[in-house]
Amino acid sequence: MIVEIGHYALVLALMLAIIQTVVPFVGVKSGDARQIAMAPNLAFAVFAGIALSFAVLTWGYVTSDFSILNVWENSNSQQPLLFKFTGVWGNHEGSMLLWVLILALFGALVGLFGSNLPPTLRAMAISVQGLIAVAFLGFILFTSNPFERLSPAPLEGQDLNPILQDIGLAIHPPLLYLGYVGFSICFSFAIAALIEGRIDAAWARWVRPWTLTAWGFLTAGIAMGSYWAYYELGWGGWWFWDPVENASFMPWLAGTALLHSALVMEKREALKVWTILLAILTFSLSLLGTFLVRSGVLTSVHAFATDPTRGVVILGILVFFIGGALFLFALRSSSLSNGGMFHPISREGGLVLNNLVLTTATATVFVGTLYPLLIEALTGEKISVGAPYFDATFVPLMVPLLLAVPFGPLLAWKRGDLYGAAQRLYVFAGVALLIGLLTLVFIEGMHVLAVIGIAIGVWLLLGAFAEIIQKSGWPKAGASVAAARLRGLPRSVWGTALAHAGLGVCVLGIVSVSSFQQEEVLRMKPGAITELAGYTITMKGFEERQGPNFVEDVASFEVHRDSDYVATIMPSKRIYTARRMPTTESGIFTTGFSQLYLALGDPVEGTDEIVVRLWWKPQVTLIWLGPVLMVIGGLFSLSDRRLRVGAPKPSAKRRQTLAAAE
Amino acid sequence: MKRIFAALAFLVLAIFAAHAVTPDEMLDDPVLEQRAREISAKLRCLVCQNQSIDDSDASLAHDLRVIVRERLVDGDTNEEVMDYVESRYGEFVLLQPRFSARNLLLWGTPVIGLLLGLGAIAFLFRSRSGAAPVNRLSAEEQDRLSKILGEGEESGR
Repeated sequence: MIVEIGHYALVLALMLAIIQTVVPFVGVKSGDARQIAMAPNLAFAVFAGIALSFAVLTWGYVTSDFSILNVWENSNSQQPLLFKFTGVWGNHEGSMLLWVLILALFGALVGLFGSNLPPTLRAMAISVQGLIAVAFLGFILFTSNPFERLSPAPLEGQDLNPILQDIGLAIHPPLLYLGYVGFSICFSFAIAALIEGRIDAAWARWVRPWTLTAWGFLTAGIAMGSYWAYYELGWGGWWFWDPVENASFMPWLAGTALLHSALVMEKREALKVWTILLAILTFSLSLLGTFLVRSGVLTSVHAFATDPTRGVVILGILVFFIGGALFLFALRSSSLSNGGMFHPISREGGLVLNNLVLTTATATVFVGTLYPLLIEALTGEKISVGAPYFDATFVPLMVPLLLAVPFGPLLAWKRGDLYGAAQRLYVFAGVALLIGLLTLVFIEGMHVLAVIGIAIGVWLLLGAFAEIIQKSGWPKAGASVAAARLRGLPRSVWGTALAHAGLGVCVLGIVSVSSFQQEEVLRMKPGAITELAGYTITMKGFEERQGPNFVEDVASFEVHRDSDYVATIMPSKRIYTARRMPTTESGIFTTGFSQLYLALGDPVEGTDEIVVRLWWKPQVTLIWLGPVLMVIGGLFSLSDRRLRVGAPKPSAKRRQTLAAAE
Repeated sequence: MKRIFAALAFLVLAIFAAHAVTPDEMLDDPVLEQRAREISAKLRCLVCQNQSIDDSDASLAHDLRVIVRERLVDGDTNEEVMDYVESRYGEFVLLQPRFSARNLLLWGTPVIGLLLGLGAIAFLFRSRSGAAPVNRLSAEEQDRLSKILGEGEESGR
């Protein structure tokens, strides 16, 4: 009965979403204020319906109700509660439900926090948001219904895929979806603005907090996923340029470009047309990612052709929204006037360079990801585009941008002084080069690329704070004056600095691991000793353990440095009972920013030896701490008073004068 | 295995637990072994999804790793090894496609993208220099806008 309520709530949400699409739209077109005012409440109602439905499915998982097909396929009564819970979105149907839940959440948030928006713009944006919800609710109900029943209900479920039985599943998909789907707000605002035919700096200011929020979640989600893959997969890789990863990386690249171009639009009313286009493209790439992953087209064009229902429906949704949006854009964009003029050497110019590189990088990842599909569809031949291609194209593309980043915030709007900026930065450049060269002293047999990479990382990290130092007036102004000025700086300035520094930190981690990582693959038996990066690692022995829904062989390794005990690392191999599926759990010891990473291979037949893989990963955690800094930077910007979602409210005194004036 | 990935929307976690190269396969000569690893990272495990033979524990990947090492021991250069493997398995085995007419768009995208972008930017700068910016907002609208924008000193106009 409860299940039917969830199912019904989903159908109800679809009906309400249709009303959410139609009524505000008609209201805006006919100028009916009551219909316009209904928009937020409709958005709340749709969210409530989907939330109820989601809660019911969660209830089914938590109580192991195997009369629900979806629960039976992806859960097991022996699973720890956390994984019963996260199993809700560890499958196709449930993850789509999470997708629309977040979509509706954002719609509702616009209703909640949009009181400072012009009512017609808000109503129109909520209407567009409703249309997206209609499409995906329809998709769920007609092709991927999570409430399908199974009769008679089996006694035991099939278990969640063991690889997914990890805390990572609890965090990664919700964060990623909040990012992905969060960009739908920018999309809806762009469409609403195109329909209304008026776009100005205020529009950019309204959209900015949403862009920042979505971007922050997406950044955190991708970084979290990368770390999850790193420790779960057992061979220490952290980014694979896999199509599934690229599907999330493309919206991130485009979203980052959008974040920067919207800044120009907000401050200078320039780049309006381009910003609108980017807002459309960013969410289009999110939709494309949904299609790529959901349709199975990535495996092969033929695999897609054998069971095309879901794929075709998503493709239809994709074509409708992207095509429709671009059509509307083509129709209306010429009527948008472009505002502020600027010199190529200026803050705007720097942001244009940012957009040029990020957009080209997005295009490169896009073409690289889809090229095998294109070639197979056109000629029937199969080719592979993997990590070496992306390393060879993406990295050289990004280098000029990374070099330019510290200059950007130092250039003035309209017309900047490149020479002046260079004068403020040359010290940082010198320090960066010096540190890069210093690595040569400490590590033997190193190549030029690592020196350049380290120097770029340090350059970004230090250069990020150049704007703050400049604005504080230090060292010319005394320390106390400088400190006072620092406190007075808008938070967005700190946000920019932290995010750019995070980029530098991430680059340092990547370069450090790819240049200085040490690896050892060998056979070991209890008592065996090996050395890696100055650590002595002794294999102690094996122990069998019984987990809630798995059995595992845990090996213990003692780590010593200069005969001092440092740590015990315990990697293991598990067999999950329900699916008889083996997994490898790596053992990681973190010291400073670096990690010692151990993974077990197969036992060597006829001996008591086992294959052991050891890695020394210097500064590897910087790869993920960088994005954490970026997200913190995003939060700083988000809390800047001019962007606060509740609108920058005038002070009480000013409100009085305003009231008096009216 | 494909199903698992299909079941996971947008999960960055993409590839299955990999075991990769084993001590038995490894060459005694560290220089040759290093070259073997470099080559392996550029060859696709044909039965896997987007995995190099260096990362895969499939038996086919094992066979390929052994072949690569045999050729290296026989004195082949890296290119000769790649060519040899490609001649047996086709271009599909290369994770980095060749520069060829068919792959023109693939390899051209970064360059064409940059050039097109630069061209568009240059064109816009040229066509717009001279034209005075027009303020289409009426005084009343302007007033409302600055009210919405709040403090005023940040509005950048």
